[in-house]
Amino acid sequence: MCLKSIENFLRRQGQPLVKFFSSLGEFSLFVAQAVYNCFTPPVYWRNLWRQIVDMGFYSLPVVGLTTIFAGMVIALQSYSGFMRFGAEGAVASVVLISVTRELAPVLSALMVAGRIGAAMAAEIGTMRVTEQIDALVTLSTNPFKYLVTPRIWAGLIVMPLLVLLGDVIGIFGGYVVGVYKLGFNPANYVNSTLQNLQAIDITTGLVKAAVFGFIISIMGCYNGYKSKGGAQGVGTATTNAVVSASILILIFNYVITELFFSK
Amino acid sequence: MSETKIKITNLHKAFGKKVVLSGVDLEIAKGESLVVIGGSGTGKSVLIKCIQGLLVPDEGSILVDDQEVVGIDEEEKEALHSKMGMLFQGGALFDSLSVWENVAFDLLENRGMNKKDAKNEAIRVLRSVGLAPDVADLSPSELSGGMQKRVGLARAIASKPEIIFFDEPTTGLDPIMSDVINDLIIESVKGLGATALTITHDMTSARKIADRIAMLYQGKIVWQGTVKEMDKTDNPYVRQFINGSSQGPIKVEV
Repeated sequence: MCLKSIENFLRRQGQPLVKFFSSLGEFSLFVAQAVYNCFTPPVYWRNLWRQIVDMGFYSLPVVGLTTIFAGMVIALQSYSGFMRFGAEGAVASVVLISVTRELAPVLSALMVAGRIGAAMAAEIGTMRVTEQIDALVTLSTNPFKYLVTPRIWAGLIVMPLLVLLGDVIGIFGGYVVGVYKLGFNPANYVNSTLQNLQAIDITTGLVKAAVFGFIISIMGCYNGYKSKGGAQGVGTATTNAVVSASILILIFNYVITELFFSK
Repeated sequence: MSETKIKITNLHKAFGKKVVLSGVDLEIAKGESLVVIGGSGTGKSVLIKCIQGLLVPDEGSILVDDQEVVGIDEEEKEALHSKMGMLFQGGALFDSLSVWENVAFDLLENRGMNKKDAKNEAIRVLRSVGLAPDVADLSPSELSGGMQKRVGLARAIASKPEIIFFDEPTTGLDPIMSDVINDLIIESVKGLGATALTITHDMTSARKIADRIAMLYQGKIVWQGTVKEMDKTDNPYVRQFINGSSQGPIKVEV
């Protein structure tokens, strides 16, 4: 009697844990299947191209605005902050390092996660609840290859390109504030930026970008793919895609930084 | 009896604690049109999803052309699907593609047909289901429900499948449009010499398109026979279902 009630209690308490591990397992299988399908033919080029245009070209304004203001605000903040110990001269290098290593990859990825991760989850989720994914299967088409892998490749290809552009725009933002507001000499500012330019700053930013691109696509696809229960299910999937991608981006941002710079 | 196309033995499927199929036995002969009737939620859709490999049954065997479907790998599944076509209840048309791209999907993506030929073929198939060529370039969302059903049918028959599944083909259509769709189903199935499996609860439609009818109730086939036999049977389940009565052995779970 007593044992029975303890057993029932444990069973109830254990349920969320079981659910957590089963969805973790489900997610791992999804990732494994997605990655496997990335490297096996056929490739649906038209879908890949559409995703690249959607994720890359149409994200340009968002990424441009995000990075230019990030660069501008860093110039302003570091100037007023560094004045306290007379290091205003470091503004150009601070802008360079913070934009290329952190701001351009992280902020662009968060913006793209909101823009594209949500769209992926909504589109694939709607296809799921309206049986379009089943229809793909009945038309002898592997839905992973048709829907998921083009999005993953697009994420891996497009995010580094966006971030590279974001680096340039962000540094330009810092330059504009430095020269026109803080009164730096243009030639000195450019010189000091170029002198401090190191390949490692750019490449780590690009590695981050590729990882973030993968995270955005996989979270968008996974949440869409597993969505059920009509409009509400698709709404939940969209929210989950954006929230989980954003959190993973911040976590992996730390992990990658640690890998490259903790010496 | 002629050659067996699909043979289902002792099929079981449950979702968690909810048992949907509990031992279905069913045989479909080559070129036959079988209609499975049954109330909502009796597992009719689950049955055809199992045959197509979209769901994996818990127990039992499904043979298509004497080949086991349960437990096959992805490649074999694609080969299996290349001889099947399906008309979905809601159409399930790809809304990112135009009507003709929907119809020619398999031809374009998997059979490597070039765009021009595929479009001509799509227009030909669209015409065979009574749609004018100018529909081809529209988007599926611009079509009425009846037209979407026709496009769905066109897509299902475009790659000339040996087996066609119809999931509630007349649900949501007015009686006249239902009859038009029924005629199209008969025409296209006979035209291709295909085997057809339809699930429906529309008895008018079932009577019209069926060579044989099977009734699914509580996860089992409780009765099967021809339309004539159905009208004479004293099976209480069938009687209640075709008369549409709330009184009888079938309990409706509210």
